[in-house]
Amino acid sequence: MNETPLWASESFWKKTAIWVTAGSFIILVVLTFDSLSQTRAGGKRVPAYSVINKKIDYQYKEGLHKSMPVIGDTELLFGKAYTEAEAEQLVMLGKKTTQAKNCMNCHTLLGNGAYYAPDLTKAWLDKGWISTEMREDLMVQFLMNPEKNARTFGSNRRMPNLNITEAEAKGVVAFLKWMSSIDTNGFPYNFKTINAEE
Amino acid sequence: MDTTDTTGIMQKATALLGKAQNCANDFKTWVALDSTHLSDGQKLAVNYFTVAVILFFAQILFGMLAATQFIFPNFLYGFLDFSVNRMVHINAMVVWMLYGFIGCVYWLLEDESGTEIVGLKLGNIAFWVLTGAVTLVVLVYLLVQIGPGKDSSLWFINEGREYIEAPRWADIGIVAVMLVFFYNVVATFSKGQWSGIAGVLTLDLVALAGLYTAGMFYMTNITHDQYWWWWVIHLWVEATWEVLVGVIMAWSLMKLLGVKRKIVQTWLYIEVALMFGSGILGLGHHYFWIGTPEYWLTIGGFFSALEPIPLVAMVVHAVYDAGTHAFKSGNHPALAWIIAQAFGNFFGAGVWGFMHTLPQINLYTHGTQWSASHGHLAFFGAYATINIAFFYLAIQHWRGNVWMSEGIKNGWRWKWALGLLNGGVLGMTIALLIAGYEQSFIERAVEGSTWSGYFTAQNHPSFQAAMVWRWFFGAITFAGLVLLIWDLLTIGKTEERKAAHVSEN
Repeated sequence: MNETPLWASESFWKKTAIWVTAGSFIILVVLTFDSLSQTRAGGKRVPAYSVINKKIDYQYKEGLHKSMPVIGDTELLFGKAYTEAEAEQLVMLGKKTTQAKNCMNCHTLLGNGAYYAPDLTKAWLDKGWISTEMREDLMVQFLMNPEKNARTFGSNRRMPNLNITEAEAKGVVAFLKWMSSIDTNGFPYNFKTINAEE
Repeated sequence: MDTTDTTGIMQKATALLGKAQNCANDFKTWVALDSTHLSDGQKLAVNYFTVAVILFFAQILFGMLAATQFIFPNFLYGFLDFSVNRMVHINAMVVWMLYGFIGCVYWLLEDESGTEIVGLKLGNIAFWVLTGAVTLVVLVYLLVQIGPGKDSSLWFINEGREYIEAPRWADIGIVAVMLVFFYNVVATFSKGQWSGIAGVLTLDLVALAGLYTAGMFYMTNITHDQYWWWWVIHLWVEATWEVLVGVIMAWSLMKLLGVKRKIVQTWLYIEVALMFGSGILGLGHHYFWIGTPEYWLTIGGFFSALEPIPLVAMVVHAVYDAGTHAFKSGNHPALAWIIAQAFGNFFGAGVWGFMHTLPQINLYTHGTQWSASHGHLAFFGAYATINIAFFYLAIQHWRGNVWMSEGIKNGWRWKWALGLLNGGVLGMTIALLIAGYEQSFIERAVEGSTWSGYFTAQNHPSFQAAMVWRWFFGAITFAGLVLLIWDLLTIGKTEERKAAHVSEN
């Protein structure tokens, strides 16, 4: 009788499969604990919700070879200074609205979603809002009545009316402002913000 | 209201119902399928397969509507918007594939365990509960579509998270049904006999059901939201589903070709080691840009670059076994689809995934049509194919284990369906890849991902042309599906010969 070599042995591969799977999973769990603590709102990578009271920018850092969010001085949203709890409430309303209106099946958020409409990761900083003074009003009007304020850039693709109320629209704007402050490791690359000089 | 009116309406409704019943009866007579050929477990399996085929049809139909909107944005605008069509397109896909997998497992369960399914009644109830729930969810998607920004919308209409949009009540229902399914698998193996295949299957189902619960929570912090969302999506599609396919493949290679159990089980363990060894930490390639720490760039890049290796192993395994058995098989269409699976999985999931998985290139390709290109070939190649192979296995037995080898009557149908479906999906994949390249260069690299950059790329003639080609190949895929359904309903109908015998060697 020939002896089965190790590489062809069923029990060897069975044990290998178990050890590899268990080992990988344990590493994943450890990394998950670390990642979640590093990305809690209020940490270095994901700012607290009250960041909506501040000026936010996204600037290219020569030494790092990527763009980084830059949190500046006070720049109130809708002329109001929000406490952390109020800011969280507003962002939460916005986040729930983006889910209930199914935004992700046309747009991408942090690059994830569908590809029929532009990415929203840095939507708050987009040059399309013309000037920082007009921005928040333009955004609210657009969200509440996208057909009349269509921004199709010559594509004929219009956002449909999603019955977004004024409160929800303000929540979405707050959510987008907060999201634009997240450190996304330089994604998107080469993005010129509304604050950048030509 | 006049009573004569009411009677009139009632009469009309009864007449309509009668007509529908007649149509259904005519259809049954035409199909002429005899369920006495099937065991009880197989009957449950073909219920799942039937719904899977219907949802497959819905997937392609709504995919075509969404593809049309890329070319004519005003098509169905304000009535069935792109977001709705796209959601039904991807949800129908996930659900039909799950139905197919559950069907496959019920199909092989009695054979593999050597006993009857323990909780058959419960299994049947679970099937009808799940099917009722799926119908209701789809109706709400189509008729209600969206809700206000409140928890109630997430509980009853739509959770708004790509692939797992199903409202929370349905999530709970899905988990309950999966538990019944899991109980049936474990209890049946325990009553009958365990095997290597049974062990891998059971542990994989624990992971599959457990992971789904990671996607059932609302989180305001979008980084955390997407972190857990990828646990469900990635660890399903790139880990547990792949292992499930490995299990189904192992069993079907024994049945179709007569490969020895020792060989398929050894291969299965190798595949599990490679699949989970690369796929679990390969999850990191989704953590490059969502706010998570920089170490994921290294870990995700490294392990996801290894992800194609198990898929190469699966190709070698399938092709080698088919070769050593000189392609002698009792079911030619099923074997052809198994071979299509090996290559489709390798190219779609392996090659197309690897092409844009390293962070240095993913910085430009993330969130472009490049992902859509990969998604189309990978889901079809890895998962649609193996389910279709099982549809052919099931119909062969449903017809009374008839001949399905060389010289099938009307054999052109299955061959053309195979060609049209594979050619159509491959064509869409190439068209979307061209669109993805163009988007990565123009929108991302040159224009820096602004909204204006996005639309510059979308309006570019090469992108527009790619969308037309995608539509065209989508139509070919659709034609292939229609032919496939026709073939499944008619193949072996007038066949007198019994299936070719495959002996283990």
